[in-house]
Amino acid sequence: MSPISRGFHRRHEEAEPAGRVPPGQYVTHDFPVLSAGPTPHTRLTDWTFSIEGGQSPVSWTWQEFQSLPTETVTVDIHCVTRWSKLDTSWKGVSLDMLLGAVSYTAPYVLAFCDGGYTTNLPVADLLGGKAWVAYSYDGSALPAEHGGPARLLVPHLYFWKSAKWVRGLRLRDTNAPGFWETYGYHMYGDPWKEQRYAGD
Amino acid sequence: MEALEDGVLDGNAIGGMLIEVFGAEMTTAVGICGVCGTRGQVAEMPVYQGRMGSVVRCRVCDNVLMVFVEVRGITCVDLSGLASLS
Amino acid sequence: MEGTAVRRRLTWQTATVGAVIDETSKVRTLSLDVPDWGGHQAGQHLDIALTAEDGYRAERSYSIASAPGEPVAITVERLDDGEVSPYLTQDVQIGDEIEVRGPIGGYFIWDPPVSGDGPLLLAAGGSGVVPLRAILRHRDLVGSSVPVHLLYSVRSQAEVIYRSELDHLNQEADGVNVIYTLTRQQPPGWTGYARRVDQQMMAEVAWPVAPGPLAYVCGPTNFVEAVASDLVALGYPPQRVKTERFGATGTPLLSGLEVV
Repeated sequence: MSPISRGFHRRHEEAEPAGRVPPGQYVTHDFPVLSAGPTPHTRLTDWTFSIEGGQSPVSWTWQEFQSLPTETVTVDIHCVTRWSKLDTSWKGVSLDMLLGAVSYTAPYVLAFCDGGYTTNLPVADLLGGKAWVAYSYDGSALPAEHGGPARLLVPHLYFWKSAKWVRGLRLRDTNAPGFWETYGYHMYGDPWKEQRYAGD
Repeated sequence: MEALEDGVLDGNAIGGMLIEVFGAEMTTAVGICGVCGTRGQVAEMPVYQGRMGSVVRCRVCDNVLMVFVEVRGITCVDLSGLASLS
Repeated sequence: MEGTAVRRRLTWQTATVGAVIDETSKVRTLSLDVPDWGGHQAGQHLDIALTAEDGYRAERSYSIASAPGEPVAITVERLDDGEVSPYLTQDVQIGDEIEVRGPIGGYFIWDPPVSGDGPLLLAAGGSGVVPLRAILRHRDLVGSSVPVHLLYSVRSQAEVIYRSELDHLNQEADGVNVIYTLTRQQPPGWTGYARRVDQQMMAEVAWPVAPGPLAYVCGPTNFVEAVASDLVALGYPPQRVKTERFGATGTPLLSGLEVV
């Protein structure tokens, strides 16, 4: 039995379950940086975003990417480490637009990134206005420590699925676990069902 | 070889967890990177210690050497980035 | 190869806060009564755990501030947005219980029979001075005459931890020289260093290579990286430069996710 440390309490109280914040989360006004590795610094002249595994691979350079139609969205984001940040503003290209350029049948993707990070998602969770490749946060260019030049933004899932420094998607017939999923994090990651770990 | 960034620590920071996992003091253990062959003590390895898990990388080539993730009280350990650890 | 494996069970045990000493406006030393403490070496650290009434548990890691043989003590710096440090530096009282496990660490240790008698270069960035102070106290208690330079980088004089102790060491002419660099604010008439450590400063402060010095560098990652690479550039063999990188003091342990 661990002794109670008199007067000690958690710093962040969980948010009232008022519908906007998933269970087990607290609201923060910071934007914590969590990383599994050093911040990559890819030059925009070297940057491409590709989709592989469809009928033929498709790729955009930074300049080509910048000339695609963009959307500005305001979304809530939820990290598996329990912080939620409300009303975050992003600008980017929707995955509907990007996947629309590819002919494919695969139901899953593995997102891949500079630095080697990967995460897996069903294609269906990238479509229907639910996901973007974002390159601007809060009105400015996305900073490197938050995933710039561009990151995946999939706010309806835990934020580890919004892969930083994303460079493309690999379409797959099977749902292969990405980096954190391999170590026991949930394959899907729905914050509203508290799917933090495999088996949740 | 770039300087490590603020926010990254070293193997000293996970010393207690390593004793729990390996049953032995590990900060002086020497690891060899499976990608570039760099030898180094665990205490001197960059450790990205976030709340999702701890990722230990090679000082020279950034290869992931070790990953520790605790799920429901059990620590998942991946050492596959090391060629050896002794 | 230093690969000695020590078979030891690392268990949590209950410690009682025995004394509190406020070192600066933000830093406090806690002396702990740990009934089954097996002793420690200079430079090691311990883990502490706090459990709230609702079962919420937080774990942190702190360098041991006291020498082997002295009561176990930790020195904690308060982070305004921290979770554990405000509690330890403001709320905790003598008699309160916390859990500790340790001692931990086989690398960042100074132990004369093993470490030898080369002159010591200690380099502290902010709260990185804590394990180095344990080394200095151990040196004193065992009667070592190994010469020491402590380079202590800190923002201002008001933030110097253990100031009277370090000033006393400077005055004692016992072979310890404490060199401060006050990086943000200096008192009137200050003639010492007033900038972040750099190659020039290290060249002036570090022992020459010939007598086989041993360096211990502790502090934020950027500080440790800069000093260590400067020392290697001055000719220190890398294996004679020991490093310990501090996060924001207390460094959350592996799983910060709550266990409720």
